[in-house]
Amino acid sequence: MKNHSLKNQSRRQFIQQTATAAGAFVVGMYLPLSSEAATSAGQQPALANAWIRITPSNQITLICARSEMGQDVYTSMPALLAEELNLPLSMIQVEIAGVAPVYINALLGGQITGGSTSVREAFDKLRTAGAATRSVLVEAAAQRWNVAASDCKAMNGKVTHSSGKSATYGELAADAAKLPLPEKPALKSPANFMVIGKESMRRLDTPIKVAGKAVYGIDVKIPGMAIASLAQCPVIGGTPTSYDASAALKVSGVIKVVQISDGVAVLAKDFYTARKGRDALQITWNEGANATLSNAVVRKSLEEGLSKKGAVIKTVGDINATVANGKTVSAQYFLPYLAHSTMEPVNCSADVSNGKCRIIGPIQFQQGGEAVAAAAAGVKPEDVTIETTFLGGGFGRKLELDFIRQAAEISKAAGMPVKMLWTKEDDITHDFYRPMSIHKVEGVLGANGQLETMKAKMVSQSVTARAFPGFVKDGFDPFMVEGSNNVTYEIPNMEITNVITDTGVRVGYWRSVSNALNAFAIESFVDEAAKAAGKDPVAFRLASLDKHPRAKAALELAVKKSGYSASSKRFGVAQMECYDTYSACVIELDPTASSTKVKKVTFVSDCGIAVHPDQARAQLTGGVIYGLSAALANEITIENGRIQQNNFNNYPSLRQNQVPIVEVHLIPSQEKPGGLGEVGVPLVAPALANAIAAATGKRIRELPIKA
Amino acid sequence: MAISFTLNGKAVNFEGDPETPILWVLRDHLDVTSPKYGCGAGLCGACTVHLEGAAIRSCSIPISAAAGKAVTSLEGLAEKMGKAIQDAWIEFDVPQCGYCQTGQMMSAADLLAKKKQPSSDEIKNAMSGNICRCGTYSRIEKAVKRAADKLA
Repeated sequence: MKNHSLKNQSRRQFIQQTATAAGAFVVGMYLPLSSEAATSAGQQPALANAWIRITPSNQITLICARSEMGQDVYTSMPALLAEELNLPLSMIQVEIAGVAPVYINALLGGQITGGSTSVREAFDKLRTAGAATRSVLVEAAAQRWNVAASDCKAMNGKVTHSSGKSATYGELAADAAKLPLPEKPALKSPANFMVIGKESMRRLDTPIKVAGKAVYGIDVKIPGMAIASLAQCPVIGGTPTSYDASAALKVSGVIKVVQISDGVAVLAKDFYTARKGRDALQITWNEGANATLSNAVVRKSLEEGLSKKGAVIKTVGDINATVANGKTVSAQYFLPYLAHSTMEPVNCSADVSNGKCRIIGPIQFQQGGEAVAAAAAGVKPEDVTIETTFLGGGFGRKLELDFIRQAAEISKAAGMPVKMLWTKEDDITHDFYRPMSIHKVEGVLGANGQLETMKAKMVSQSVTARAFPGFVKDGFDPFMVEGSNNVTYEIPNMEITNVITDTGVRVGYWRSVSNALNAFAIESFVDEAAKAAGKDPVAFRLASLDKHPRAKAALELAVKKSGYSASSKRFGVAQMECYDTYSACVIELDPTASSTKVKKVTFVSDCGIAVHPDQARAQLTGGVIYGLSAALANEITIENGRIQQNNFNNYPSLRQNQVPIVEVHLIPSQEKPGGLGEVGVPLVAPALANAIAAATGKRIRELPIKA
Repeated sequence: MAISFTLNGKAVNFEGDPETPILWVLRDHLDVTSPKYGCGAGLCGACTVHLEGAAIRSCSIPISAAAGKAVTSLEGLAEKMGKAIQDAWIEFDVPQCGYCQTGQMMSAADLLAKKKQPSSDEIKNAMSGNICRCGTYSRIEKAVKRAADKLA
């Protein structure tokens, strides 16, 4: 990589960009480039569209329209373009996109990075964009040489003709840019892939990250800016009623104190001074509606939800079918609130001046950021620019917009550019938490020892009802059903119900969203049912997976690779389909240690075509560890409206000397790509609970697992 | 009163509150941003730099403790050590989000300065002060071993 930091396209480069109503891509608009972009590229591109820029000297820049938060979009998204441009990744530079309709994620309806959708949504779209551009480069060469395009070939940045003529993409770019782009160019057959799926593919952001030169939100510098530390109400949702800044202003180095809608910010040249000033503030808070919230009350209200009707989200057969000599199995499961706890605490930089608002930060939802920044700064959305830095972890936290609004409000109130940085404590105590959930699952075993019926009811808050209320209709939240309405087991009679219960706690999307909630309940329950049937939990599962051969194959491979043995009583299994990827997890406990010490996790996924296999495994491994930290140690509780945890000491993360061996296997597949960034998370908790039940007979029905 | 110390081999001064943690002097006054803020309490290791050659959590040590001493960030690691570690990190494509990795590499440098060929257990224990929320631990372990081999 030649560039040492993320470069960003500015919004005005995209004035002429459009997307069709269906979200299909349009690549055919040639963009008037700003002078700053031309300078940053070193040379004015001769060909430039939403995804690809080529200069006459053959500098090729590919645009990544998703936020890089570790999940490898910075490499795997440009790889889709490079594949069809027949370009090795060593020939390209990457730029992170600004905000534009053309960059909307059709699977989510906004310019959002989330839901393990990036490659799934882009796989055809970006390959098509690459192929269309390759096609006009070839056509430009054919016209220049007065030969048939079919006798020309684009490869490694050059078009060549059988006669020996040759020109670089850059030399052809100006002519190619005048040609109409084909709407449906032919795509390469997977057998001819030169980039996608190659084990040799390397991350393009590794060199700058290991050099300490990658720019995260916390590293942003705007000339003349101050560092802001924001005092927020100890109860989320509270607002300041009055404050006394006299002591804060006496702290040497404090520049200014300003009030915003939900806090009071102290500005200084460095964070330590800003924080010291903030600690000296005297603030009276209106703690708001949540001032008396407590964990016990919240939990009780969810338990009461179990007796409510809710919304039936899936039915199969007749849930009231009579099962002759049926044996009933019933269990209730509980999952706590969780924080995202990214390594990089929430932060954002803003410069509100001259009727414009510039936002730079670790952002997962650019369009939403543009809207809230415009409102906070009192400018038009077209006068907002959003520049996305590298994210020091996202996990769903940074698709919220609170920090963007706050930074814009502070900059506006202070009349100067600011970088607002939260403390780790602010981050844990002012998160958007994964909802607490309670699940009641009941089933009846038939004469064959398999489940004849299964009834599952989930009670929790709806994140979508808070974040995107228009998408929740008649009690149906499309993100709450993840992991339950796609259950892969062939059970003749099923009824799955969601009961949305708002407790007032601020909830958000957390890596793998409801998959982790529903998988814990359903995969624990299936294990309990297998035990009640006197069957091996693997055999019990396999017997009802005939209609899902990919799920079956994943489970079979996980069993084989893990050395699973039912008789050794230290293994637990779980399997599911999550974001179009079929996975199975086998956990082996350490027989020499306490009952919860994990020796090894074997994780198998069929994720369709793995665009970047090495990083697919890295994502699944990381997801397993993230899920294991949560299962073993993480719980957010609330008393008097205040979150009781605030840092790694009481909201721990597994450390280097605490992680088990994690072995990941990918099943080769030519199916379309499935998700990867979140898929490793949900199966860990149920597989571990199942292993503990096998080892000790003790069934874990509440998380975190308390040994 | 100015506090003088060396940063990556260069003499520098800081004028301000002597209680200011080294981290914020480096990041906000001297534009050295490779050490990251993670927890502010010495719990996560993202801010790890070297003071007189030994790894410290720069978020929790005041700049007054650096007076007259040598502070080293990733940029200032001895060339051989720095290259061995960075090359090993690249070879295994260790980083995901990458935020903790500069601190991880500084802890690795501290370990390798003390122990030429650390065992797996020694690596795991020495690196246990550095949290990685992306879960890159197994690649970190491999990269530390590879760096040790490169230095041998």
